[in-house]
Amino acid sequence: MDIGLDTVSIVKAGQYIGAGICMGFGAIGAAIGEGFVGGHANRSIGRRIGMASPFTRTMLIGQAVAETSAIFALLVAVLLIFGNFSGNGLGAWTATMSAGICMGLGALGSGIGAGYPAQEALWGSARQPALGGQMTTSMLIGQAVCQTPAIFALVIAFMLMFKNCSGIDVWPYGASLIGAGIAMGFGAIGSGWGGGMAGGKACEGIARQPRLKSSLTTLMLVGQAVSQTPAIFALLVAIMLISIGPKEGTLLTSAAMLGAGISIGLGAIGSGMGNGVNAQGACEAISKESSTTKEMLTFMLVGQAVGQTPVIFALVVSLMLMFVKFQVPANLVGFCALLAAGISMGLGAIGSGYGNGDTGESACKALASNPEGRAGILPLMLVGQAVGQTPAIFSLLVAFILMFGNYSGPATLPAAMAVLAAGISMGFGGIGPGVGNGLTAAAACEAVGYRPDERGLLMRSMLIAQAVAQSTAIYALVIAFVLVFVI
Amino acid sequence: MEISGADLVRAATFIGAGLAMGLGAIGPGIGEGYVGGKACEAIGRNPDEAGLLTRTMLVAQAVSESTGIYSLVVALLLIFVV
Repeated sequence: MDIGLDTVSIVKAGQYIGAGICMGFGAIGAAIGEGFVGGHANRSIGRRIGMASPFTRTMLIGQAVAETSAIFALLVAVLLIFGNFSGNGLGAWTATMSAGICMGLGALGSGIGAGYPAQEALWGSARQPALGGQMTTSMLIGQAVCQTPAIFALVIAFMLMFKNCSGIDVWPYGASLIGAGIAMGFGAIGSGWGGGMAGGKACEGIARQPRLKSSLTTLMLVGQAVSQTPAIFALLVAIMLISIGPKEGTLLTSAAMLGAGISIGLGAIGSGMGNGVNAQGACEAISKESSTTKEMLTFMLVGQAVGQTPVIFALVVSLMLMFVKFQVPANLVGFCALLAAGISMGLGAIGSGYGNGDTGESACKALASNPEGRAGILPLMLVGQAVGQTPAIFSLLVAFILMFGNYSGPATLPAAMAVLAAGISMGFGGIGPGVGNGLTAAAACEAVGYRPDERGLLMRSMLIAQAVAQSTAIYALVIAFVLVFVI
Repeated sequence: MEISGADLVRAATFIGAGLAMGLGAIGPGIGEGYVGGKACEAIGRNPDEAGLLTRTMLVAQAVSESTGIYSLVVALLLIFVV
């Protein structure tokens, strides 16, 4: 097969693959979110047949907002199909493909997230028909904030598409561009989704307790703003990769830039979602026990701050990959080592980030169920979250070992794949235990809400259960060590 | 870098081991955490039965651990035996 390697064809190929990825992934989130809204519209109309027309109107408004991220994806896909970016040089194929990845994945979370406020607004109006207009306003505020990550993704997609790469070698700068797309695309998922969940519970709460509208809206906005942090980290890394990505370097530079994108992109998913879940719990809790409003804000912020730890680990690894000059050998083994460091940290942060949020959510609910038990809840939450950090710490450890390892053996394919597999093992292996630890700590927090007098016993039981749930992360760590050190 | 058939097979065993242990660790981690959570919930309601509940929890977690151990065994087989 003879391949005519002219710039126009190569860049066009990148554009078309990017367009496919962009619209394919970009269609998932909005459609699911709109499905939630449609489902609850039917449920609400079923309850109040007479209100079919206002409910249908609210449904269509809510769905229209949820559609936004998919329309962004459509816009980028159409630009990629009909635009001609070959004037930007051969490297533009990486930029345009990456723009598609960025917008496609970046639309996922916001699309699903926008469904929650709308579904709760509809169901809330069915329970309290007098609130109709108010619910629509709250719905729109909640939905608007969870669009932010999709807007970040759109910005990065545009920066990528119109990046002039002429006169620059395709590699390693192309790896920076692809890394930027991965960082922002994946990095937007958790924050968009989680922010929506917080908005949903706030709307539900307003329907239950209309007099708490202003405190619920404040709590929702603060909670959603903090949930945006992981997406903002991803945005920063993406902008850095595009603007100061190295223009010359070896194969290792490419691996490091890709790894940097993967680490923060994947690593932002768990904390983004977890923060949202935490805020959702706080909103639900004050709508049940309004006397705790002030304290709930503190509780939520403490929980969210701790839940930020995994994404901060991921950010550290990303920045190190971008700026540290590593001593790994410039061959396939070194390439895989740097890539695997990003994979290990990125995937490994997902479970802990989400689990921490789950614990925070239950701690908020426990405070509402028994405000007198606050002295027992906060320490239990913090210990539970700290232990839940373990899988992310294992992943960080493996990432460091991979980055600073001494690969003196011969550079064979098996040696390279062993290193890559170490990252895969620890990365995926950290997800389950991270989530599981969070689930255990969550239930322990709720239990201590009912029985503050048994907090010692509950702390002990929680730690035993978490230790057992850690075991598979330890196996994954052992396998990663074997792959790095024994092979 | 020259790649022989044996190299390719060896490389595949490592990737297989990484995937087996990595993906295989997800389920038990979530499952055991869920069991632990329910046990804490139950102990909160009925602290006098903490011993029984902890025992039951550990039995259930051990069962849920089994697939993680299968993954570990498969990963070790791929690395050291195959």
